[in-house]
Amino acid sequence: MSSTLAHGAPPGFGGVNAGKKSMTKTPTPPPVVQRPLADVVFGALAKGAALLTLGLLVAIIISLTISAWPAITKFGLSFLWNSTWDPVKEEFGGLVMIYGTLASSLVALIIAVPVSFGIALFLTELSPAWLKRPLGTAIELLAAVPSIVYGMWGLLVFGPILATYVQAPLQKLTSGIPFIGAFFSGPPVGIGIFSAGVILAIMIIPFIAAVMRDVFEVTPPMLKESAYGLGSTTWEVVTKVVLPYTKAGVVGGIMLGLGRAIGETMAVTFVIGNFNQLDSLSIFEAANSITSALANEFAEAAEGQHQASLMYLGLVLFFITFVILSLSKWLLSSLRKQEGAKS
Amino acid sequence: MSTTISAERLQRFNRRKRTNTIATTLAMAAMAFGLFWLGWILWETLRLGLGGLSVATFTQMTPPPNEAGGLLNAIYGSFVMVALATFVGTPVGVFAGIYLAEYETQGWLAVVTRFVNDILLSAPSIVAGLFIYSVVVSQFKSFSAAAGVLALALIVIPVVIRTTENMLLLVPAGLREAAYALGTPKWKVITLITMKAARAGVITGVLLAVARIAGETAPLLFTALSNQFWTSSLGEPMASLPVTIFKFAMSPYENWQQLAWAGVFLITLAVLALNILARVITREKH
Repeated sequence: MSSTLAHGAPPGFGGVNAGKKSMTKTPTPPPVVQRPLADVVFGALAKGAALLTLGLLVAIIISLTISAWPAITKFGLSFLWNSTWDPVKEEFGGLVMIYGTLASSLVALIIAVPVSFGIALFLTELSPAWLKRPLGTAIELLAAVPSIVYGMWGLLVFGPILATYVQAPLQKLTSGIPFIGAFFSGPPVGIGIFSAGVILAIMIIPFIAAVMRDVFEVTPPMLKESAYGLGSTTWEVVTKVVLPYTKAGVVGGIMLGLGRAIGETMAVTFVIGNFNQLDSLSIFEAANSITSALANEFAEAAEGQHQASLMYLGLVLFFITFVILSLSKWLLSSLRKQEGAKS
Repeated sequence: MSTTISAERLQRFNRRKRTNTIATTLAMAAMAFGLFWLGWILWETLRLGLGGLSVATFTQMTPPPNEAGGLLNAIYGSFVMVALATFVGTPVGVFAGIYLAEYETQGWLAVVTRFVNDILLSAPSIVAGLFIYSVVVSQFKSFSAAAGVLALALIVIPVVIRTTENMLLLVPAGLREAAYALGTPKWKVITLITMKAARAGVITGVLLAVARIAGETAPLLFTALSNQFWTSSLGEPMASLPVTIFKFAMSPYENWQQLAWAGVFLITLAVLALNILARVITREKH
């Protein structure tokens, strides 16, 4: 105990200690207590780790930019809307992949948002208390399943079933309609943007649902109970009290899911078909996404323009997710601030 | 007069009730929908995975097409890389988390680091692979297990930072103040008091990080690559379960696909077990 005391104390508590020190050491210096070496080292380690994390992000951006530089200087921004991808002639444009990434993520959102909303509504308003925890855990476990499992399951089990029972009927239903029909044309084989979107939806449902549940629970019970007390139904309470109160957080959660969907690699690579084409807009045709192009081509790509172009794609991917995640974080924190101001 | 009003009201009341019934039914359907996928995926993994599993899976190397074999080198590779990545990433994550929770909680560095950490937490994992490729693999001109370890460590760090910070913030300020009042230096307050109180939570964070990287494929694709043979050298390409599954599942060979299912079963089992373990640890604590 005395050793701890002799080693010093945080500044501000030095007064007691200073006298003790002056007895054992030279008495001259004023009672400014030096921090013990261990304290300095520990603090530096902590700060260093924080700086390292910060440095990682900067390093990622810089190194990707440097690696992509040959492609950036050669193709410039037209890389974003050029759809040629020809490793032989060294002509590269990322439109096909960027379109595939955005389209499959959009399909995923269209499916995942209503379902996640329903799950969050169920977990916060309808579920009996004893079921909340196990059901919440089950949904979180769905988020923990590795993406490669989704991918393999999607390709070998779900794809064929999707083709027979969803794609074929959808095609029959829309074949006569001029514009919508084009979206559902093509061979229904369970591979393509649609399948990728469905599997992405299953993957991001737990993320969006968990955020929605958490922000719904932020709503002050007083507000909800007042609405119930006036005779509102559950649906009215959720749409007219909870949703307006948690708007920012809900959108933030959706953005978080979108960020996940855009960056997801394995699940998409398995089912999107890895085929560079943009001839038809059909979401049943095999297509390609940024992540699956990287996963399939990068290890074999020749150094030089091909690899640089893939790095360029990676940079575009990182930029898109960066913007979406920043937006999501900003929305979620604005909800938290609002909550702080009101309570 | 009054009867018409009440009839109108009754009609509106019924409509509201109907809307509510439809909405709540749909919410229950959504919940069932979510559980349905979990059940289906687990069922198929169990059914097809157990079918592909045998003693040879754990005792033999990955085979060429159409020959018998196992997953020994892939299991070993996954185990080594995940363990080392956890070993590398955890200290960085814990220290950064300590900085955020105990040192400067509102300074510019803390605010920026917290923001950056949230980005890293959800950033595409394939970007970690690209980054390590350009700073390690292309410099040394060879794919290596060490590069795979670094790529995985990059994913461990943000997960551990987040949980460490959150768990430390749960420790009551009174504990810290009592320790300071006794003249304890800050590093001792942190290591002996607050970290001790937050221990279970931090361990949970590490377990979740392990679960996350155990199933990661994308960061390994162009760092550790894969290897058909046994290797324990960190300077060579090393096989891992996820990458092997990827290769085998996409192939047309029956025996490769079977092994891939066995691998999927093993990974899912490990990841879910880790997740459940992590939950049990925190639940006992609170």
